[in-house]
Parts: sequence; C-alpha cells; structure tokens
Amino acid sequence: MKYVDEFRDPELAKHLIREIESLVVQIGASENEPLQIMEFCGGHTHTIFRYGIEQLLPKAIELIHGPGCPVCVLPMGRVDDCLALAERPEVIFATFGDAMRVPGSQKNLLQAKAEGADVRMVYSPLDALELARQNPSREIIFFALGFETTMPSTALTVLQAAEEGLKNFSLFCNHITTVPTIKAILDSPSMRIDGFVAPGHVSMVVGEEPFQFVACEYKKPIVISGFEPLDILQSIWLVVKQIAEKRCLVENQYLRVVERDGNPVGLKAMAAVFELREFFQWRGLGAIEHSGIKIKSEYAQFDAEHRFTMPNLNIADPSLCQCGEVLQGSIKPWQCQIFGSLCTPETPMGALMVSSEGACAAYYNFGNLPQVMAAKSNREQSTTIS
Amino acid sequence: MCLGIPGQVVEIVDIEKQLAKVEISGVRRQVSLACIVDNEHPLEACIGDWVLVHVGFAMSRINEDEAKKTLELLMELGEAQKEIEAMSESLSQ
Ligand code: SF4
Repeated sequence: MKYVDEFRDPELAKHLIREIESLVVQIGASENEPLQIMEFCGGHTHTIFRYGIEQLLPKAIELIHGPGCPVCVLPMGRVDDCLALAERPEVIFATFGDAMRVPGSQKNLLQAKAEGADVRMVYSPLDALELARQNPSREIIFFALGFETTMPSTALTVLQAAEEGLKNFSLFCNHITTVPTIKAILDSPSMRIDGFVAPGHVSMVVGEEPFQFVACEYKKPIVISGFEPLDILQSIWLVVKQIAEKRCLVENQYLRVVERDGNPVGLKAMAAVFELREFFQWRGLGAIEHSGIKIKSEYAQFDAEHRFTMPNLNIADPSLCQCGEVLQGSIKPWQCQIFGSLCTPETPMGALMVSSEGACAAYYNFGNLPQVMAAKSNREQSTTIS
Repeated sequence: MCLGIPGQVVEIVDIEKQLAKVEISGVRRQVSLACIVDNEHPLEACIGDWVLVHVGFAMSRINEDEAKKTLELLMELGEAQKEIEAMSESLSQ
C-alpha cells in the first residue's frame, strides 16, 4: 500500500530514537522528572502500542494517552438514547461497527440487536442513505460520531439527503470537536504536559490554524502527526527538539496528507450543517463547554433529536471506573482498581476499554509490562476457579 | 473509523454525485470524491490518484512529493549519524 511499509522501516526508526535520546540528555530530563508528551488521538495510541513505541523511547519521556477516541468517550446516557431509538419498531438504526459494544446503563447495541432491534452495521453514512432509499416505509437513523475527521462525511450525507428530498433519514449527532477538548486538558490543574502530538486526520480537515493557540497562548510545542510508527517517532523527535531549542510552534510532520488550510470542501459542508452545543457530556471527563456538535435548525428534519423523543438522561459513570484519572495521566491504566478484573475488552466497564483505540484496551491487548501481565493472569485464575 | 486507508482511484462512477471506484488493498469500493475535487483538479483528473479514504469519502490526496521528502530527511538523519559515529571512532583510535 502507498507509503505504509516505507513508514515502518526499523532502520530509520533507530535513527530517530538516537536523535531523541541525545536531545533528552541535552534537556536534562530524567526518569523521575520525565518530559510528558500527550498524543491526543486514539489512532496514535493504537500505533504506539501495536509497535511497542513506548518501550523504544528513553525512560525520560512519558507518553500520556489522550481522550481522542470518540467511541470511548461517549457517555452512557447517549448510548441509552441510541438504544431507545433502535428499539422503536419503525426504525432501522445504522451504526459503525466500533460503536456496537459501547456499554449503556443496561446493555449495548449488540445486545439490543440480539433482542430484535433492527440495528445495521454500516461502513459509511452513504450506506445509511442507501438504506433510506431502499426502505421508504422505515425510518433510518444514522448514529453519527467522531471528531472532525468524520464530520465532513456526515455533513455531505445530510446535504445529499436534502437534495434528494428524503423524508425518512436522520442523524443522531454525537460529533465532538477537538480544540475545546485540548483546551480543557490544558486548563485542568492536575495536568503538566510539555508538548503535544496533534491528531493528523482531524488536521487533514481543519488545517494547522486551529492549533495555534496551544503554541501561542499555552506556550507548548505541538506537532501534527501521521499514524505510522515513523510518523509518530518523527513527531516526538520534533516536539523534543522544540523543547530543547526553547521554541513552541505548530509543526506539520504529516505533510503528505495535511494541507495548511485543511479540506475546504469538508469545512464548508460542516459549516452549512452543524453548529456548536453549549455543553457536551464526556465519559470520564464530565461536561466540556462547546465540545459537542449539533445539527442546525435549517436541517432539523434530519435531526433525530428533533424528530424523536428519547430519555436524554445524564447517567453517572460506574463508581469503580477511573477513566477520568487515566485520561488526565494521573494514573496508568493498570493502576485502575478494576483493570483486567471487572473491566476487560470483552466486558468493558469503562470507556477506555471499549475500542482498540482506547488506552486501557491498548495496554490490555499489547502491553507486555509486568503490571499488565499480573492483572491478566489474576483474571485467568479467577475465571478458572469460578 | 478515524484511521483511514490509502487507495487508488480506478474509475469514475457517477459524475453528478462525484462517486468513483477506489481500489483499497485489492478490493474495489464506491467512494465519494466530493472533498478532493475542485476547479484545478476536476473529477476526471482523479483517475490514478492515491487518496486516503475515511468512512466512504476520499478526504485527502496523498502527496507523493511530500512523502518522499519526509523519507529522505529521515535517511539523511541516518547518514549524519553514521558520519558522527565514524568521526568519534577515528578520534578515539
Ligand atoms: S480499566 Fe476500565 S474502568 Fe478502569 S480506567 Fe480503564 S477503562 Fe476505565
């Protein structure tokens, strides 16, 4: 595949690691006082674990895994709303596969489907639109979620539905936006982040400009990064280099995909269809101001929240969950009291265990740290006893 | 969902809806090119392009020059390191 293998070359990775090592020595960071670098995006978290990047880096660099997995941060109340919609007899509820196992307060979409709800897994919002064309007597609701990466696709789908005058298609809109979230992280008092690896595919849509505030107002280096191992290593190198040279800028490592101004067609469609919500509730993080996206009133006929009633409840995260603390970097996933015992990828309790992009699932699946192994073997023992 | 897969545009399917067939890891899929066409690069010019596909939409054209430049830079880094190593070795002799 185009530029996939090239960006996995282990020889080139070694060069980067050597450069990072010498800069870290120059900065004087140590294992006890490491540089903390946050990768915001769950896609980066996934690559970091898949390729064991954390173990390759000097101990004086600590990676903090950010909340950038839209499936993981979906709160229980919203999942319950999905279930209420999916269980209506006239509804075909179309969703990405990733969202099927996110726990609601009673069950998830997969269980609802097993119990007879018409839940269909789709690859694209355009597939949901096709379902609407083919099933004129049914109501098709597409479960829209994701950061800016997926927003142009849903916005363009709504515009297409409007053009065709489809009456039986709507979105249950759960899109969230990146910048207010990074701001909330930077404003959190327990945070001490030295630099960011910024989400490459969000940037592909929004461009470089929206991240300027991180460099200008908060004085933190931030590097837009691709998703292959070399991309991430090079981005970490660029962050560390900025720290060593006492600079803070928005740099773009992912030039092969991210243009300075982002994607103008996508941004235009988003501006036409969407607007900000006052607040949006996040699993593990609470409410974040202006972080949610809703459909503008002009397109209300395509808004499932406008057309159907749903419970719309605020359900607190289970009390044993420590996702918030993990997201803020104050504890490591394996330090959560239920990691590997009550909370596993098969039976996720917390958000970060749900998708393979969540930090806890990544540690559970790929982390061969002693603490992770211990949690896993405890689990195996307790399941064999019971 | 957020990751995106590279693929190559092989055939235009619907000019009005800006749909094309894109070959992704040997499988052909219908993909919307709406986000990557403009006056300078119209739909017909997209055949052969490498694009990054997210949930059924090509969201970016993969810029081969930039990809090569990035890789070259990384290789130069290695060359420089080798030189420094060779230098320090010859000094220590
Ligand atoms: S182990 Fe489960 S509950 Fe604990 S922090 Fe991770 S996802 Fe949340």
